[in-house]
Amino acid sequence: MRLPPGVNAKDFSDALKQFSEAVGKDWVFTSDEDVNLYRDAYSPFWHEDEDPVPSAAVAPINVEQVQQVVRIANTFKIPIWTISTGKNLGYGGAAPRLSGCMVLDLKRMDKVLEVNEKNAYALVEPGVSYFDLYRYIQDKGLKVWIDTPDPGWGSPIGNSLDRGGGYTPFRDHFDAHCGMEVVLANGEIVRTGMGALPTAKTWQQYRYGFGPYIDGMFSQSNFGVVTKMGFWLLPQPEGYRSGTVSVAKHDDLVPLVDTLSYLMNSSIVQGTTTVGSPLLMSIARSSGMGGAALLTTPKSPSIADLEKIGQEKNLPYWNCELHFYGPSKVVDAQWEYAKEKYSVIPGVTFQDGQSLRFPLSADQIEHVPKRQFGIPNLTVFGMMGRTEGHMWFSPIIPMSGEAVFEAQRVFGQAYADMGVPPAETTFVFPSSFFPRSFVVLCGFPIAHDVEKNRKNRQIFKRLVEVAAQHGWGEYRTHTAFMDTVANVYSYNDHALLHFHETVKDAVDPNGILSPGRCGIWPKHMRKAKA
Amino acid sequence: MRYARIFLLVALSVAFAAQAFAAPDESQLDRGHRVYQKWCYPCHGPGADKPGTASLAARGQKPAVLEDRTDLTPAAIKIFVRHGVLYMPTFRKTEISDADLDAIAAYLTRNNKK
Repeated sequence: MRLPPGVNAKDFSDALKQFSEAVGKDWVFTSDEDVNLYRDAYSPFWHEDEDPVPSAAVAPINVEQVQQVVRIANTFKIPIWTISTGKNLGYGGAAPRLSGCMVLDLKRMDKVLEVNEKNAYALVEPGVSYFDLYRYIQDKGLKVWIDTPDPGWGSPIGNSLDRGGGYTPFRDHFDAHCGMEVVLANGEIVRTGMGALPTAKTWQQYRYGFGPYIDGMFSQSNFGVVTKMGFWLLPQPEGYRSGTVSVAKHDDLVPLVDTLSYLMNSSIVQGTTTVGSPLLMSIARSSGMGGAALLTTPKSPSIADLEKIGQEKNLPYWNCELHFYGPSKVVDAQWEYAKEKYSVIPGVTFQDGQSLRFPLSADQIEHVPKRQFGIPNLTVFGMMGRTEGHMWFSPIIPMSGEAVFEAQRVFGQAYADMGVPPAETTFVFPSSFFPRSFVVLCGFPIAHDVEKNRKNRQIFKRLVEVAAQHGWGEYRTHTAFMDTVANVYSYNDHALLHFHETVKDAVDPNGILSPGRCGIWPKHMRKAKA
Repeated sequence: MRYARIFLLVALSVAFAAQAFAAPDESQLDRGHRVYQKWCYPCHGPGADKPGTASLAARGQKPAVLEDRTDLTPAAIKIFVRHGVLYMPTFRKTEISDADLDAIAAYLTRNNKK
């Protein structure tokens, strides 16, 4: 049996006995067969020694058991890596950052504790998936929407703590949360915001409570184990409308995005919008250039040539689909208003999209893009071909046309400098998963091929560095790159990371909670790492 | 791990060749259907947005929808769930217990020739 780092066989054996007494022997996993289920199914380290393998896993069913597990781990100084549904695929899955850590698997804590239709909020445990919460709401006939990320089997708690995004007005999942319950490293329970009032009546309705607002410290961190979390929901809107705005010239992207930015910042456009290019996508498909066609490389056709192709084939250089949610009369008026704002761009064209009223029929649900309506699904897994997994390079850039041009040029040049064709990388055009900025998503396929994975890891790390040199940082990353990404958030000699480490040493002095998550290591491992 | 993949393929070949399973009782089938709907249907149900079905169709599997198959074996189903294949990940015992997996296997083999 693999041992946790720094723990001897006797202590580990004694600890496992105590874990079994705390949660029941069926919920402590130690056999290779069971422990292998906690490896990263999309590991970029397949067949390499660096592929993280846990020593064991423990799965409590309630917060009292979590407290016991944390206290036992503290007694024996056993590092435990917390997962919720364990389906954070592309970002590390259920596997720890460090081999030998035990996994604290919260999947069995799967209760939807409350869904309040009147005030549109939910309170859930970490093992609840988006599918579970959606089914609960549908079974009870409640007229509220969740927002779901692309894969619906993730956890609202896990996804929001990793600061994931979705598609509807509550698409910024961490921003949509309200109130947490956290087990600290010493086993103490803390409730944040109004939850600190023993008789709280607005835990899920007012975020801040009194004093410092500390919720953010439990996201992308290892300062506690979140065992409950509240989320704001969207009252089921009366209607939805979409419409597509298309422009012909390369430089039209600037006013296209400027207007999009105005409409989003004014809450007229509320859902995630992706800026696309029918022209470049057509070239990507027909030329076999793949992702290369979406970047500006030294070998790219000139802008004039591209515009000419677009004109000949009647393909817009850029477009974006806008999404409106609300009363039918209002969403129709919002689309008309958007068209009015965009009409200043010469040659702009508009196409009406779907117009829907809710609730949708079962047949409609099968034929709409589900994620746009908070309906969990797994469609995204079919979008990258029959790969053995994927991981995402995903920097945040400004929401402006100029920034998109710069990203196309900078990443195109980076690939050229590396002498690597970007054809295998899946480039998703800039998307507004979060307010006031764009995310550029670049998907790398995972393969059961050591050399291919090694090469992709090198490219990934180089892209992180190049992005940082231009002021762009990752919003989230795979465990394999957490140190790399944390290292580029280096303003004032890494002052922010030093602050995180100071907090870590204070709230988790034995360093038992998720060592290495987002580059935050406990003191004894920090020294070894240095 | 390369050997593990080879083992997987050999095991699947053997599993697909296996015959004659004990008839499961109704409650086992009900449980299998329930667990299948929760864990398998979103990827393996009918429809263009089900990536598991699309992947099997691309591989030439007919029918591509698992519920319509009559040639699956419990052993093969268990290997896929616990080992994964392509972008289908492994499923832990806190997600699908061994008893749930038995029920899924019973459900997906309910129409096999006895």
